[in-house]
Amino acid sequence: MTAEITATASVPDIRPKTSKDDRTMIGFMLVIGLYLIVALALPLYAMLSKSFSTYSFELGNFEFAVDKGEGWSEPVTALALNQDLQVVKPEELATSSDGRLAATVFFSDFSFRSPTKYRLRQIRLESSFLVGSKRIADTEWHEFESNQFRRIVLRPSSATGLENFRTYFSTPALFRSIENSLFIAFLSTMITVSLAFGFAYALNRSKMRFKGVFRLIAMAPILVPSLLPGIALVYLFGNQGMIKGLLFGESIYGPIGIVIGSVFFTFPHALIIITTALAISDSRLYEAAISLRASRWRTFWTVTIPGARYGLISAAFVVFNLVITDFGLPKVIGGQYNMLAVDIYKQVIGQQNFEMGAVVSVVLLIPALFAFSIDRYVQKRQVAVLSSRSVPFEAKPHKRFDLICLSYCLLVGIFIVGIIGVCQYAALIKFWPYQLSLSLVNYNFDVMDGGGWASYTNSIQLGIYTAIAGTIIVFSGAYVVEKTNGFFATRSAFQFLAMMPMAIPGLVLGLAYIFFFNDPANPLNGLYATMGILVVCTVTHFYTVSHLTAVTALKQMDREFEAVASSLKQPFYRLVSRVTVPVCMPAILDISIYLFVNAMTTVSAVIFLYAPDTALAAIAVLNMDDAGDVAPAAAMGMMIFYTNVTARLIHLFVSRKLLQKTQAWRLR
Amino acid sequence: MSEQQAVNNENAKHYLRIDRLTKMFGDFTALDKVSLDVIEGEFIFFLGPSGCGKTTFLRAIAGLDIQTSGTVHQAGKDISALPPSERDFGIVFQSYALFPNLTCERNIAFGLENQKFSKADIENRVSELLEMVGLPDQGKKYPAQLSGGQQQRIALARALATSPGLLLLDEPLSALDAKVRVHLRHEIKELQQRLSVTTVMVTHDQEEALAMADRIVVMNQGVIEQIGTPTEIYREPSSLFVADFIGAMNQFKGKAGSKNTATVGDVTFASQEHDLQQDTPAVIAIRPEDIVPHSDGAGSQGATELGPTENTFDALVEEMEFLGSFWRVSLSNASLGDASMVIDMSINAVRQMDVAIGNSIKVEFPSNRLWVFPPGADTG
Repeated sequence: MTAEITATASVPDIRPKTSKDDRTMIGFMLVIGLYLIVALALPLYAMLSKSFSTYSFELGNFEFAVDKGEGWSEPVTALALNQDLQVVKPEELATSSDGRLAATVFFSDFSFRSPTKYRLRQIRLESSFLVGSKRIADTEWHEFESNQFRRIVLRPSSATGLENFRTYFSTPALFRSIENSLFIAFLSTMITVSLAFGFAYALNRSKMRFKGVFRLIAMAPILVPSLLPGIALVYLFGNQGMIKGLLFGESIYGPIGIVIGSVFFTFPHALIIITTALAISDSRLYEAAISLRASRWRTFWTVTIPGARYGLISAAFVVFNLVITDFGLPKVIGGQYNMLAVDIYKQVIGQQNFEMGAVVSVVLLIPALFAFSIDRYVQKRQVAVLSSRSVPFEAKPHKRFDLICLSYCLLVGIFIVGIIGVCQYAALIKFWPYQLSLSLVNYNFDVMDGGGWASYTNSIQLGIYTAIAGTIIVFSGAYVVEKTNGFFATRSAFQFLAMMPMAIPGLVLGLAYIFFFNDPANPLNGLYATMGILVVCTVTHFYTVSHLTAVTALKQMDREFEAVASSLKQPFYRLVSRVTVPVCMPAILDISIYLFVNAMTTVSAVIFLYAPDTALAAIAVLNMDDAGDVAPAAAMGMMIFYTNVTARLIHLFVSRKLLQKTQAWRLR
Repeated sequence: MSEQQAVNNENAKHYLRIDRLTKMFGDFTALDKVSLDVIEGEFIFFLGPSGCGKTTFLRAIAGLDIQTSGTVHQAGKDISALPPSERDFGIVFQSYALFPNLTCERNIAFGLENQKFSKADIENRVSELLEMVGLPDQGKKYPAQLSGGQQQRIALARALATSPGLLLLDEPLSALDAKVRVHLRHEIKELQQRLSVTTVMVTHDQEEALAMADRIVVMNQGVIEQIGTPTEIYREPSSLFVADFIGAMNQFKGKAGSKNTATVGDVTFASQEHDLQQDTPAVIAIRPEDIVPHSDGAGSQGATELGPTENTFDALVEEMEFLGSFWRVSLSNASLGDASMVIDMSINAVRQMDVAIGNSIKVEFPSNRLWVFPPGADTG
């Protein structure tokens, strides 16, 4: 009966044989990992290296010789020529990758009619010069007639260094943007978090009526582009505003407008987080407080606030991040008030200074990364607060308190509905403030700049593609991270990449895409200026939240399903299609609607990437507003709003139908 | 061909042969050169405290976490490196791991579909299995609509659906209420005997193992402490760990004597044979039910002198605990040091011998029930 010991000499090490499933999963992981590397890591790397590349004219590198009919003169460098002439000042030597310097400036007596001949060469192979549009980059001597010579421009040499950053921090106007951005973000965060906390408190802790309606209203700002409140504010408080007097002479264009608009569009984000934090509080603590005869006030400060503190901190950082990285709103209502995100736009679109755009992006990444890491830390701590024994808090009716809550929510509700209502009104009025008759003339987008109705259909296309492609990529990615065994390092790297987009402002991502995809040497260059790159950019921009939703859903699946399926000789894809996907269907639908709505409203991520035939509705809002067509901009903004509302309704309907089929098991 | 058959016959005896299995997690050795032969149709238990490596061992056999070194043969075939999908086993987990969105029928049929069975065959097999686990009319329900015990039966039916050669049970009863657990114990045992499928079950519940197992593998810190039938394990523990882990055991620190004696304090007892060096530290152990109370010396006072070989002495009653069908009595004797011992006494014996706190009674340590072990470094 006892175990007999077999006496083989050595114990072989086992090299596990991989199954077909393992290989498929690894393949999947590689594909999606590669996606994240191409769509995220490499573009960001390209941007970082761009921010460190500097361009300057190396005058010592160009050598001239002149023949005025008496034979060739001794070669002389541009540097030497400039020392005599002082035509190019030292500060003009620094330039961008596009910098050009005419060769003729070094010859004060130059005339394109003279018979003088010129020779030119560069000494080291580090820059080039152009003859017309022909690039010459060798170190040979080249000879030119004077008529040709006037078409010669010198190109800068590139180097790596901190020069760009030095320039940035010594430009007062740019540097002031940091102060402005921090100030606005801080102020908006304080106001939004306080307002949202009050709202969440009323929803969670009172027995007031119409809670459902208030919840719906509070979510509305998510459905519109962040710059829409800016337009409404212009109508309300602008130079010809309806209730301009309320500002007592202050201008809405500037910090006031930005803060009000920021509060509007960040409100739902803060509310979601704080509501969750309040909802998980434990009613037993309140019972204990009552039995200890603590006052309502004291209970609030010793039980409620500490219980929700992680939610509050998390909400604060999310709002801060949203405000500091938002670009549409300050663009519309900021006036002369400079913010970091707008600077990027101005540097890139206005001045074509891509290096400086990259520098501002790097600067903008710092607060965003900081906020992101604090948020991740707080999220981790939050888990510990939850215990399975907690008893959910159930509010008791309290007439006066409920009335206060109701009036408070009513005020916030009026603010939100008011902003959207004003936009709708603006869209329907013929010509504010002179012709107040209603008309649909502002919906005639095709006669305006900005892309017309085509931009609207483009947006819907983008939304649908993003929702479909994004959901597939995100869910598959989350599945391989959650359900693969081993490959610990690979999975951690993947997880890190998946979390990163949350910390990357859309504008920065978009700029990074220019550097990466617009490089002619990149084999993916063909993607540039297509709908494809917009889809890739949008999916990547909104990757993190979708990924977390998918991971949370997958974590709720029994860890042993895969083991059971393989013991039953069933391939993993059968398990996925029969069990995993149906069980996770609610999360999958949530991810797709999240991606759709955000694809409809996003401006920042795609502003640098759209081409004339792929203009988008949200960008059309911005451009029409920029061109002074404010009413059509409002009209387009409302189109986005109604589209998102419709999408949400369809989502609700489909969810109900699908859930009846796939989630019947949830009903006892 | 005939040679192959000979090999098969040999392996019919040893259905599962595990040779020096080692599993490392980084620097941590979860299993250290574990060897085991399992006979066909046997119901074998891996028993040990949490973290002893029993689940790791089971998962290595299943191929879910393949061992670092060592081999596993099943039915004569080397399966050491095969992924789970290429092995032949059914598995049941503590969490049941039933697919929540599929009805019980569909759960059971999951492994049968896609395998060239006709629809009718599958239906028949499913109802046969439902019948077998005693839930013939629950097939249309979803798992969440069943009780824990019922869910675990469905999980068992699903694992058995493909008629695997080996059934692995990973603490299948741990999540259940005590009553359901005892009930299901019998059913699983009966089912296992009926199907005579080779079965390995992991548990930390010694009662479960003693009640159900053909043989028990007691594990501790990644090694096998003892393999044996429940009676062997209980009656003849091979180490202090096993003696301590299975059932209750009185322990005294002392020294080993010659090959069948041992000393505690100044008292030398006759004991089971042991192979310890004379005068090395030892632990002398005896089970509460093995201590024999003697009625002749009842109530006598002051007779603390111990007979040196007959292992009989007087002891003072310090505490009495009523446990329903018997009394657990704590005794002490100054010569044995501070350690008190417990003894289980029938209600009759207590009444007859007038056992009460403060009295002293005569007890005997039968020499063939007295064990001498080297002190375990790791028994806390």
